[in-house]
Amino acid sequence: MSNPQNLSYTEEHEWVDAADPAAATVGITAYAANALGDVVYVQLPAVGDNLTAGQPCGEIESTKSVSELYAPADGEVVEINEAVVDSPELVNTDPFGDGWLFRFRVAGDLELLDAERYAELTKEEG
Amino acid sequence: MSTPSPLHEVHQSLGASFTDFAGWSMPLRYGSELAEHKAVRTASGLFDLSHMGEIAVTGPQAAAALDFALVGTLSKVKPGRARYTMLCAEDGGVLDDLVVYRLADEEYMVVANASNAATVVAALTERAADFDATVTDRSAEYALIAVQGPTSAEIVAAVTGATLDGLKYYASMPATAAGHDVLLARTGYTGEDGFEIYATAAQAPEIWAACAERGATPAGLACRDTLRLEAGMPLYGNELTAELTPFDAGLGRVVKFEKPEFVGRAALEKRQETDRALVGLRGEGRRAPRHGYSVLDADSAQVGTVTSGALSPTLGHPIAMAYVPAALSAPGTALTVDIRGAKAPVEVVALPFYQRPA
Repeated sequence: MSNPQNLSYTEEHEWVDAADPAAATVGITAYAANALGDVVYVQLPAVGDNLTAGQPCGEIESTKSVSELYAPADGEVVEINEAVVDSPELVNTDPFGDGWLFRFRVAGDLELLDAERYAELTKEEG
Repeated sequence: MSTPSPLHEVHQSLGASFTDFAGWSMPLRYGSELAEHKAVRTASGLFDLSHMGEIAVTGPQAAAALDFALVGTLSKVKPGRARYTMLCAEDGGVLDDLVVYRLADEEYMVVANASNAATVVAALTERAADFDATVTDRSAEYALIAVQGPTSAEIVAAVTGATLDGLKYYASMPATAAGHDVLLARTGYTGEDGFEIYATAAQAPEIWAACAERGATPAGLACRDTLRLEAGMPLYGNELTAELTPFDAGLGRVVKFEKPEFVGRAALEKRQETDRALVGLRGEGRRAPRHGYSVLDADSAQVGTVTSGALSPTLGHPIAMAYVPAALSAPGTALTVDIRGAKAPVEVVALPFYQRPA
């Protein structure tokens, strides 16, 4: 699956839609979802939690493995995707859409990769 | 560089994700491992197990050599039948768990885990040295295809043209699959009825295709692990290690003290009484205890360790196997698992977690 051009990306294989910096949306990429396998449990930060860029803020668990979710930037969580908590498989079936994880108010700088740079990164990781 | 399976190109064309497993590049999953798991429980899955080790032990004293080398009495296995057994060290520790097929009076095939195949070849060769028997590693020649699930008998009957009613669990027979001479066995590692087809590497793609055409769903090693866990079957490296005896794992029945001398006998006699037990754990919610996590008692003291765990795809709740003190091994015992800092309540339950409908 190709990475949408309008999104930004992290080296931790998360995507960020920062069109609205007061409620930037975060999810994991199709590449990450595919590498994890079937996602069976998602632990998200709570609304109101303060995020620190690069720090763990949740977990994504698949049948075979556990991965941490990292804050893409400083900020405050304003909304979580309750649907993905109830139906973690959304991360696999629609990682860039209904499988979004949470929204946060961006407080610091966003230092992210564009789709082209992210595609290079995943190519390097094979 | 890991060794590709004889079916590597088939897997690539199916879009498989690969994993390095004991020096082999094997399919982890083709799409959704949960869908593959379900296919095995409700219809049939098709597995490439070509990484497994196949070791031939032949000669007039092949039976005597295996009786000495392994903990079971392989001389009592009739030609055409198979036995689950173990290779133990002098100190009684498990070096591998094995399925041994007796193909003829003087011909056995020992099937070893890929990760232990070299150890098993070396140990059998050394232990058979004083017997009129020959140990030959034939792993590279063999491909192994498994068809597992409630519809596997129909699929395998169609692919082989064989009548399977007489082929019991843990039995084997020569058969023809997709026009090739193969060894057909009714064995598996999923908790379902199932078959394993031993063929040459060159024959494997046609046999695979014939099984797939008749409805077996390609299934990878990811679901193989959750299937065997639900069935309460041990995995070497998790439930079985060189530090543990068969008795520790609750599998003391494979050790046959009534036969004459065998490697590990003296130590195993001493280590029969064990104060640890391998138990099943049932959890709540969706977070699974995993390999290496601590099992805690009511006072939060560590009393054991999880060996395998997953959110059970069939049952919908977390399941795990763990070593705990025998005193805490009764079904119904309440324990806790430390899941990355969170204390998750679990209950000891009888194994297996899943049994196929009769």
